[in-house]
Formats: sequence, C-alpha cells, structure tokens
Amino acid sequence: MEPGYNKIEMMICTAARFLEDGKTVAVGTGAPCAAAMLAQKVNAPNLVIIFEAGGLAPLLPQMPISVGDSRTFFRGIMAAGMNEMMTTCCRGLVDYAFLGGAQIDKFGNINSTVIGDYHKPKVRFPGSGGANDFASFCWQTLVITVQNKTRFVEKVDFITSPGYLTGPGEREKAGLPAGSGPYKIITNLAVMGFDPETREMMIESIHQGVELIDVLENSSFKPIIPEKTSITPPPSERELQILRREVDPNRYIIGRQ
Amino acid sequence: MKTLQEGKNPLFMDPDPDQAREFFQKKQRAMTDKRMTEKEAVEKFIPDGCYLAIGGFGANRIPTAILHEILRARRKNLGFLGHTSTHDFQLLCAGHCLKKIDIAYIIGLEARGLSPNARRVMESGEIEVCEWTNYALCVRLRAAAEGVSFGIARNMLGTDTLKMSGAKVIECPFTGKKFVALPAIWPDVAAIHVHEADIYGNCHIRGISVADLELARAAKRVIITAERLVDSYAIRINPTRTVIPFYLVDAVVEVPFGSYPGNMAYEYFSDEAHLSQWLTTEKDPAEFQLFLNKYIYDVSSFEEYLELCGGIKKLKELRRLEALVDR
Repeated sequence: MEPGYNKIEMMICTAARFLEDGKTVAVGTGAPCAAAMLAQKVNAPNLVIIFEAGGLAPLLPQMPISVGDSRTFFRGIMAAGMNEMMTTCCRGLVDYAFLGGAQIDKFGNINSTVIGDYHKPKVRFPGSGGANDFASFCWQTLVITVQNKTRFVEKVDFITSPGYLTGPGEREKAGLPAGSGPYKIITNLAVMGFDPETREMMIESIHQGVELIDVLENSSFKPIIPEKTSITPPPSERELQILRREVDPNRYIIGRQ
Repeated sequence: MKTLQEGKNPLFMDPDPDQAREFFQKKQRAMTDKRMTEKEAVEKFIPDGCYLAIGGFGANRIPTAILHEILRARRKNLGFLGHTSTHDFQLLCAGHCLKKIDIAYIIGLEARGLSPNARRVMESGEIEVCEWTNYALCVRLRAAAEGVSFGIARNMLGTDTLKMSGAKVIECPFTGKKFVALPAIWPDVAAIHVHEADIYGNCHIRGISVADLELARAAKRVIITAERLVDSYAIRINPTRTVIPFYLVDAVVEVPFGSYPGNMAYEYFSDEAHLSQWLTTEKDPAEFQLFLNKYIYDVSSFEEYLELCGGIKKLKELRRLEALVDR
C-alpha cells in the first residue's frame, strides 16, 4: 500500500523533529526552511531561527522562498544583517546548521559547487552561499537530502562545506572550531548519524516501507550498519496537515519530484 | 605572521588600503543634489570593465532598474561581487556582461530552482570565477570599510572552497591557531536599492540590511535607487535611522517598485509568476532571446517594464501579498 505522503514530506517531517525547542538554528534555503518552520509550528515553538541575510527569530507566516525575503523577519526579534547573524554563529551561539546539498560523502562533507572537474564542470551548482560558514561555525550540522548513488559518494567532487573532512580530528587540524561537525543526515530512505570513533556515516533508523538493502543500494559507500536499526516514525496527520496547508501551500518543496 | 595555505585563484582587485584612501581623499563630500536617471547613473558610473557589486540579496531589495540599464547599455567585461546573487546574477548573465566574478552563490534562485541560462554561461567558461562564501565576502567588504587589507574568519578551512578562493590560511600571532585571511575589496561601484533617500543620498532601509552597510562603505562609488524620495527633514528628524550617509553616495535615482520582480520588505512581495517565467523561458535560448527583447531590450524605461508585467494591478496584488492581507 502506498503511504499517504511523499518522500519529501517524510524527509521534512523527520528533520523537523530533530530541532529541539529553545535551541538556535541557522537554516539554508529550500527544504531546511520548510523543516524549521514545521518544527516551529509543531514541536519547537521557541526555536530561534536564524537567517544569514539578517532575519532573527521570525514567527514564520509561510515558508520563505529566499533566506533573505521579508518572511524571514516577519514578527521577528531583529532585522539585522549578514555580519550580525554570521558573527553570532562564529561566537558559538548557534546550535544547529541545517543545510541541503547536491553530493555528500561518508564523512559528511557536502558538495554544492560542481560535479566533475572544477575547471570544466559537468554541472555547475550555486556554490557555498552561507553553507560553508554555517557548517564551519555551528555546533551540529544537519543535512536534508535525497539519497542515491550519485549523491551519496565515497568522495565528493568538491568539498564546498566541511563535514569531518578525511576523518577524526581533521576538522580541528584544519583550524575549524573544536567540537563542531555533522550530526544527522536525513534522506528519503533513512536517518544517518556518525560513528563517534571513525566519524563515518552510520545508519540510525530506516523509514517505514524501506529495507536496509534499499539504503545500501542507494549509496556508493557503505555506511556503518549497527546491530540494531529502528524504524523512523512516519509523519503524523498533524505534521502533514501543517506542512501542506501552512508551510508549503504552493508546493515549492514538497511538490518536487 | 606565517602563511600556511593559499587559495589558487587570483584576486581581481588590489587589497592595498592606501590606494583606496587615495581615491577617497578626492571623493566629493559636498551635500549636493545627486538625482539622475538610471540611464545617466549607468553611463556615468558603470563603464565597461569596471568592478560592480549589487546590494540586497538576490531577489530581495535589488536595484533592478540599474541592472536592466546595464543590459540595455550593452556593458561588457564587468567584474562582479555576489554573495547570494540570484535574479541579479541571472540578469547579468542574460546580458553576457560579466568577465570575472567573486561569488558565493550563483545560478540558483533559491527555492525556485536553477537558472538554465546562467548555468550555460557558467559552464561555457566565459567567466573567470573565484569562490568565496557569503560571510567571506561580507568580511572582505568589512575589511575594506575598515580601511585595512584583510579580515579574519574561521570559515572555508579544510575545504575546496578555500582552495579555489584567493584567501590565505595564517597562524594567529597570539594563540598559534589557524585562521583565514580574507583580502579587503573595494568595488569600483555598488548599486543599492533602499526604501527612502533624500536628494543628497541619505538613506533609510527597513528590515534586513544584508551586507549593504559594509558594501556602501567599501565601494568607491555608490548608486542609490530609492522607492521614494523624501525631504531632508525626514532624515534630520530621525538620524537614528540613517544607515547610509550622503557622502558615500554618488547618484540618487527615484525608482518606485524598484526591486520588482524581487521582494521589497514592507512594500511588495516578489512576483513569483514572472520569476518562474524567466526560469521556464531560459530553457530554450531562442525563445529566451525574444523574452529578453520583449522585457528589457525593446523597453525604454523601468516604468514600461512594470506596465508590461501587469502594471498597477499586478503591483497592488504584490503589495497585498507582502502585507499578508488576504491570509
């Protein structure tokens, strides 16, 4: 039987639950905006949402189309600028970075710049925007992305935003703030965390109706498989309703194929 | 101070603050009437080959009238600084105006998708690119505004973004820790759209300022387009609200609905139907050329463009959307 929701809706509802009430989150454009707004409406009413263009803690009336549009400071606490928001991240006041990405590897490094050779790219993507900044400065990075063999790769073609780089201790060695790094990767098939020893991606829960083999077949590297994986709880009716009616009524994100 | 690593890409502008000071020493400080048309502003301050920066955030509070005029004036070989640049970059790519760019986010229009034409232009290799991040560009402008040759941050470390930038990794003389040195940049000219300005260029912005306060202080020349002109008394009665003082500004252009089809906080929302039309039409280069002729090249003024896009009826609708009147 087909579930009563699509894979994007599943990803957004799952991601939203990881944002704890009373914490601070810097969100990237697109799906992270939708998930942060859903979290604010459902499980984290006091979530402080930070937008890189200057919006601080809005009561989002709808999902922003841009991380700099006027919804990002609608009934907000402050309408500042990029310097204010980014330096807040620099000082260690922001708990989560919440990003999307084109390609990701087992250490959680994100590529949103090019596929193929940098100088003769097969595909050119937007680039870092504020993603590298957030993934460098915020304590924990969450990534929401569709999973397949070309997106989940052994080595990304270009490290736009830092994960654990090439393994344990490498972030610190590169000069990035100690104690920061990737936290959760939320895909259409599963939720992944990171092994505290090896810093490699590790399956945490598999979505309902998805088999372990699907998760493995849709990745070019083999994530760590724990002895026991749980099933990701499906979206609730309430989450879906709020997501469809209030967060993304124009289906910018949830209507994507 | 030890340099530990260097980005491979070149700097397009000299980070020497004394060159900038020399320019600013001669910059006119008199409080004069700076009003002109967008056409005059482009003619006077945006020559071929100059280095341009655009204020706002892609499709939010952008100086669209200046961008259209740059296309109509067939400007070429421009340098460009773009943190999150979306519709602004899309326009400059449509006109093939760019030669060398310092960028953090291009091609995309955020949740709306990617621009097929900007992508073609970027993948053709006609533009020389230097990679940065949004904060890195903000720090570069801030350093310029501070009159020093570089700013320091802790981003880009360990990544290819750093390798393809013009930044350097340095060792802190106090802590021994690694930081990124980001070279100051003084753009030749910046165009910034604001809510209100007086004829001298004193400006009010409502809502977020993005990186425009730094940009206005870093750029050698500043073109202001304003939703409305106000009497200078409106500035002097509330100096707390002045975010750009007149002596930074070289041109003041009155352009109501000047950020259209982008969003202008507290004024009007973005015209999503029109922006979507851009993305769809761009798929076919021949059709896109006709589209550009219709909306930009065969149009004589920004007012005419607004009329073409639905005029006052459309603008009323966008004002209602911005104010969430019908929610």
